[in-house]
Amino acid sequence: MIQLENVTKTYPKASRPSLDDVSVGIEKGEFVFFIGPSGSGKSTIIKLLLHEVTPTHGKVMVNAKDVTTLRSWKVPHFRRSIGCVFQDFRLLPNRTAYENVAFALEVIGKTKAVARRVVPEVLELVGLGGKEHRYPHELSGGEQQRVAVARAFVNRPLILLADEPTGNLDPDTSIEIMRLLDRINRTGTTVVMVTHDSNIVNQMRRRVIEIESGQIVRDQARGVYG
Amino acid sequence: MRLKYVLNEVLVGLWRNVTMTIAMIITMSVSLFMLGASVLLYMQVDQMKNYYYGEIEVSIFLRPDVTAAQRTAIDQAITSNPLVANKTYETQKEAFDRFQQLWADSPDFVKSVGPNSLPESFRVKLKDPEQYKTFADQMQGLEGIQDIIDQRTLLDKVFNIFNGFQFGALGVAAFMAVAALLLVGNTIQVAAYSKRREVAVMKLVGASNWFIQAPFVLEAVVAGVIGSVIGFIVLFVGKIVLLDHKLQALTTILTPVHDSNVWLMLPLLAGVGAVVSAVTAWITLRFYLKV
Repeated sequence: MIQLENVTKTYPKASRPSLDDVSVGIEKGEFVFFIGPSGSGKSTIIKLLLHEVTPTHGKVMVNAKDVTTLRSWKVPHFRRSIGCVFQDFRLLPNRTAYENVAFALEVIGKTKAVARRVVPEVLELVGLGGKEHRYPHELSGGEQQRVAVARAFVNRPLILLADEPTGNLDPDTSIEIMRLLDRINRTGTTVVMVTHDSNIVNQMRRRVIEIESGQIVRDQARGVYG
Repeated sequence: MRLKYVLNEVLVGLWRNVTMTIAMIITMSVSLFMLGASVLLYMQVDQMKNYYYGEIEVSIFLRPDVTAAQRTAIDQAITSNPLVANKTYETQKEAFDRFQQLWADSPDFVKSVGPNSLPESFRVKLKDPEQYKTFADQMQGLEGIQDIIDQRTLLDKVFNIFNGFQFGALGVAAFMAVAALLLVGNTIQVAAYSKRREVAVMKLVGASNWFIQAPFVLEAVVAGVIGSVIGFIVLFVGKIVLLDHKLQALTTILTPVHDSNVWLMLPLLAGVGAVVSAVTAWITLRFYLKV
């Protein structure tokens, strides 16, 4: 599903590469943690998978397609097959939970009728049934992240990328979000999560890839934070 | 649905930043008005050139002491010249009659000129008025000629003044256009900034580039078209007030300015306004949104 082949990424003006000759493969339906200290290069992986940045060397394959050579006008369509969740939720403050999720559908050309059918369903799935018409400021941090997950998942993407999704949440709420991601993973969606929340990694016991100074130092099938 | 969304975004965008929108429309309309005036003037000069150049003649005035033999030689030289389309001969008497007719309003002036003080002349029409110089050089050497005058050089002076106006208007149009374009760019930046969250989400979930850009580009296009319509109205009213009323006397010299030509400015100005605004907005977005 995801294949990095000898990927090196050096940002302009950086003295050393953020990723240094990294090769890793992720199968369909896997749940993978990328861990490592700040600045180790794990967020760069998310950016590469989203085609926000392109590698200096090497190849990035997503869903059997070479992202590296993707033409820029094809990027939007490519991104529709990837859902994305961030530490800061990135919700639109002047729209309700329902509207936030529906917005993601409407801007890629889905009709309002489709939204009316799909959005309540996915909000129910993330556990926000009954809170569809609340604005983000009327929701707790955990609930806001659920809206973000619903938005990422509403289009049934093949891959869900999560960049420190629990970074702003307390431990209990974090566990709930992880349960949600686990549930989404069980529907067959590949989940790639970048984190440095050791508690969560240790509880989930999923594949752990540790990165340090731009290189993979550990790749364990049922790992702990270590 | 998507069309409705885009149109709604355009209206909200224009209204959110209404002072800037007005500034954009005003500069746009002044610039396009100047462009319209300049194009009309160009068409007018062109039309007048066609009209007057068809009429103009080269006058060959003969010396008062010209002999009959010299006159015949000149006559033959003109007739045999391949550049000549046709010629007429005007005697001193005819010249005086015409002079009297022309200045009938000022009898004192007519009285001061005797029937013999006006020279006799050949009036020559050339096949190609541009060939005046060659023709004049060929005639120059003949005995008995006092002066060769090309009406064209007189007309050219008039046309040069028109051309000056035209370039002036074009210059002002370009100058204002710079201000208009900077305002468009700025307005689009402000609009994009106020919608940065929406744009970020749209990029994230894979909205197509045109869908993200369309509301901004259309915002600029709508402002550009409104500006062009205002510019056109000013142009039309100006034409009616100036040419049809205030300066009506001039219309005996000017060939008439057709309303159809003025109407032609509407699609021209609207087209230029829309395209230029759209391109500016689009370029601004490419730098600003990096979609």
